[in-house]
Amino acid sequence: MNKVENNKAWFLVLPVFLLVAFSAVVPLMTVVNYSVQDIFDATNRYFVGVEWFKEVLRDPRLHDSLIRQFIFSFCVLLIEVPLGICVALMMPKEGRWSALCLILLAIPLLIPWNVVGTIWQIFGRADIGLMGYYLNAMGIDYNYAGNSGDAWATVLLMDVWHWTSLIALLCYSGLRAIPDAYYQAARIDRASGWAIFRYIQLPKLQSVLLIGILLRFMDSFMIYTEPFVLTGGGPGNSTTFLSQTLTTMAIGQFDLGRAGAFSLIYFLIILLVSWLLYTAMTHVEKGE
Amino acid sequence: MSLTLEKITKVVDGELHINDVNLNFEPGSFNVLLGRTLAGKTTLMRLMAGLEKPTSGRVLMNGADMTGVPVRQRNVSMVYQQFINYPNLSVYDNIASPLRLAGDDKQTIDRKVRETAEILRIENFLTRMPLELSGGQQQRTAMARALIKDADLILFDEPLVNLDYKLREELRQEMRELFKVRNTIAVYATTEPNEALALGGTTTVLHEGRSIQYGETAEVYNFPDTVACAELFSEPPLNLTKGEISDSEVTLDQATHFPLNADLAGLGRGNYIFGVRPSHLALFPVNEDDLEISVRVELAEISGSETFLHVRNKHLSLVLHLTGIYQYEVDASIKVYMPTHKIFVFDEDGKILKVPTRLPIVNQAGQISGGVQHG
Amino acid sequence: MAEIHLKQLAHSYSDNPQGHKDYAIREMDHVWEKGGAYALLGPSGCGKSTLLNIISGLVTPSEGQILFDGHEVNALTPQQRNIAQVFQFPVIYDTMSVYDNLAFPLRNVGKSEDVISAKVKDIAYMLELEDVLKKKAKNLTADEKQKVSMGRGLVRDDVSAILFDEPLTVIDPHLKWKLRRKLKQIHEQFNITMVYVTHDQLEASTFADKIAVMYGGQVVQFGTPRELFEKPEHTFVGYFIGSPGMNFFEGSFQQNELYLEGHKVALDNEMKSKLSITPYNQLKLGIRPEFVEVLEADSPLLSNLGKDEKGAEALLASCENCFKCEVLLVSDLGTYKIVSLKLGNTEFKARLPEEQSVPKGSAYVRFPGNWLKVYADEYLVD
Repeated sequence: MNKVENNKAWFLVLPVFLLVAFSAVVPLMTVVNYSVQDIFDATNRYFVGVEWFKEVLRDPRLHDSLIRQFIFSFCVLLIEVPLGICVALMMPKEGRWSALCLILLAIPLLIPWNVVGTIWQIFGRADIGLMGYYLNAMGIDYNYAGNSGDAWATVLLMDVWHWTSLIALLCYSGLRAIPDAYYQAARIDRASGWAIFRYIQLPKLQSVLLIGILLRFMDSFMIYTEPFVLTGGGPGNSTTFLSQTLTTMAIGQFDLGRAGAFSLIYFLIILLVSWLLYTAMTHVEKGE
Repeated sequence: MSLTLEKITKVVDGELHINDVNLNFEPGSFNVLLGRTLAGKTTLMRLMAGLEKPTSGRVLMNGADMTGVPVRQRNVSMVYQQFINYPNLSVYDNIASPLRLAGDDKQTIDRKVRETAEILRIENFLTRMPLELSGGQQQRTAMARALIKDADLILFDEPLVNLDYKLREELRQEMRELFKVRNTIAVYATTEPNEALALGGTTTVLHEGRSIQYGETAEVYNFPDTVACAELFSEPPLNLTKGEISDSEVTLDQATHFPLNADLAGLGRGNYIFGVRPSHLALFPVNEDDLEISVRVELAEISGSETFLHVRNKHLSLVLHLTGIYQYEVDASIKVYMPTHKIFVFDEDGKILKVPTRLPIVNQAGQISGGVQHG
Repeated sequence: MAEIHLKQLAHSYSDNPQGHKDYAIREMDHVWEKGGAYALLGPSGCGKSTLLNIISGLVTPSEGQILFDGHEVNALTPQQRNIAQVFQFPVIYDTMSVYDNLAFPLRNVGKSEDVISAKVKDIAYMLELEDVLKKKAKNLTADEKQKVSMGRGLVRDDVSAILFDEPLTVIDPHLKWKLRRKLKQIHEQFNITMVYVTHDQLEASTFADKIAVMYGGQVVQFGTPRELFEKPEHTFVGYFIGSPGMNFFEGSFQQNELYLEGHKVALDNEMKSKLSITPYNQLKLGIRPEFVEVLEADSPLLSNLGKDEKGAEALLASCENCFKCEVLLVSDLGTYKIVSLKLGNTEFKARLPEEQSVPKGSAYVRFPGNWLKVYADEYLVD
């Protein structure tokens, strides 16, 4: 009775299965494999259980960069989300200008990460950089290479410049999807501009903001190239974020077991925080 | 081609969607499935088409068991509520698509496409794209595609529901004509009793996944077996009220009385459910034994040429179906008249006991015969 | 509340309109009284949405004036006109509770919470929303949402009119009549000017005291549901209102006599003189299926016909507006029958009560003179 008509159809699933296996499962298992062994060379390896995890969790380097990383991601979201919404709100709704705005906004997104780092590295230099030179000329002692505060500000500014567009574009599409009837109804109800934003636009943006915030959190939490090019993690360790710590560990010190354990912990943190953000935001959306 | 459903049951996620349905459709017949939303019409059609497998029971075509056979291997067409066409193919190519898939030669395809398009009166739009057409024309295109296949079974799932009423009127009439000459079994799902009556053929009344009555459309309409069927097959629904028959009088909902007449005398004392068709209630007394009832107007719904008057008093809630326009303010006090000789009587479980005797019954020959007493 | 006057109003989307074709709204002059219930009825593309937008203030008419209580409002925005609108799909503030939704328009003008609370409770009672006041608006059913969006218009005392744009589109069929009843009740209690736009004759005639039937950018008739049914002023009204619509026959007027498909029909002198002075290209005669009489066997004509076969022609001629025609199809709709008949080359329909029988093959029909309407170039001659 319950015969399946054509079993060959299962082969259609094979490519996806292989792709997932090679892109996600196999590398992840490799990392898991590393994380439970002490590896000296190709033949000398010992099973150490959860030793690496214990050690990594006690490592002050990890603690420091984890805290730095959280502060950084938090600042990124705090600045980019409201700024992105503002930009989207200010954009013209239709016509040539809106097309122009879209193109201008898209430009930073198209520039490769390391180029962004390089641009800002030059831009901020006190001797030849446009920003650095004028800041110093105005009497502000600005030096991202020497002052950790300046370095932080520059990395943040760079990230804001690079990624606010993403939030703005997402919000812009979200705003465009709101039917005119809503604005008309609100105007008839004599709603103020703020009330329109608070009760119509913001609620309707909730789903795109959820995607935007998750993307920006995950991306900023894994930031590597730009600060590496700009400051190299310095001055001192002030702009060394998690992924740079990890790279130093894995490649610089060839500490594969420790790096493997670190990677997994890193991965779990991102997963956990993303889940928390997602749950919190969908809960707000349900409006209970 | 005949289609038989044998003890068909369908359970989805522990919920009974179709409950022990037995049906038999003759070749060339036009069959209406009448039922409210969620009565199981769509599920039943999907089972007939082979898009779904019944949890138990058998689907037979020409006596051969087709239960497990997938839709691709059956010769079935389906027309949906939404106007489903290939948006990037012209109307011509849309209609031709089933034949091209079947590998027919060019001349045959061309001849059949033009023939079918003519039947559905879209022969002048063959080069257009579906989205350039009106809703009615789009649905005609979808119907042409279903017809051209010469399918053994054509399923219509409320195909007119998304059209405005003028187009609905037009297409409804054409549907009848279209299927007169065909050897195909047509199954047509609808929520509207008037559509079922206009289409004729046989009607199956579905209620909560069960087939509660099946027969010639006019027969089912005139002789409902149960309260549920009478209620479903009447638009607006049959006016129903509980009541009692004593030795000398009939009481509706405890407060409205009239003397027992010859019509109802045979039933004997007891509690019953009484039903009156909305079209049998009137604003003026027609016969001298009509019962006068004082009511308040809830709403006069006017549809161009007819009025559906919703009224109620403390005990009764009635709907009148009137020809012509009658405007009333909400809550106006009026009197309505109930013909005491045109009352359906059901027992307390809802089984029919009596169809009104003075109600004329039209048999197949189109002549009027006297009433028949059931039960 | 306001009286709405559409004064020599016309609208064209083109800058330099040439003929009728360029106008979305052709010139019209209508006064909609304070507190009236009106409907704009017509098929899609008839211009009813444009007219609605002109009234609400989203579109400025290219010609003529729109007056609210005698003041021109052509250039005013919807909020300046104080027009509330209920749209096809419910427009509500998702994140607010039902109470806050209803209170919103009052809070925006700085009313005190006491005043607001009293008013909101009033309206909630009227709309039967009391039980859901604390619920989040987004968790309501579609009909409740529509009631909330209507309620926001009703809480204010200063709205000049409420416009409804196909407001029942998203409502479950079995709930529709309840909402229609609610709308009517509200209109009767609040006595507020309401304009209802729809393509559905049932919605329009149930709701409105007067209906403007629109066709090709024109209001072809402005009248009560009864007038639209009994005396359609345009062939389109005859066709569009009623199911089935009006029957039309080819007519001609020669030597002071009116002919229907070549058969002479009775005509009084007043109509004769009117017809002789009316210029036209084409004449049509119309009668609604409800008014077509299919003669029964015991009618004087038919009972005499059988007795005197030779005088059939003469007998038929002596019966005013009686014709012999072919019976094509009888469709029994339970509560009534629709009979398709053919007179000359024209098919037409008659609606008969359920108990009347219809002979096979051919039948005799009578078109009562008072229900047989004459249309010159689609407009009623009256």
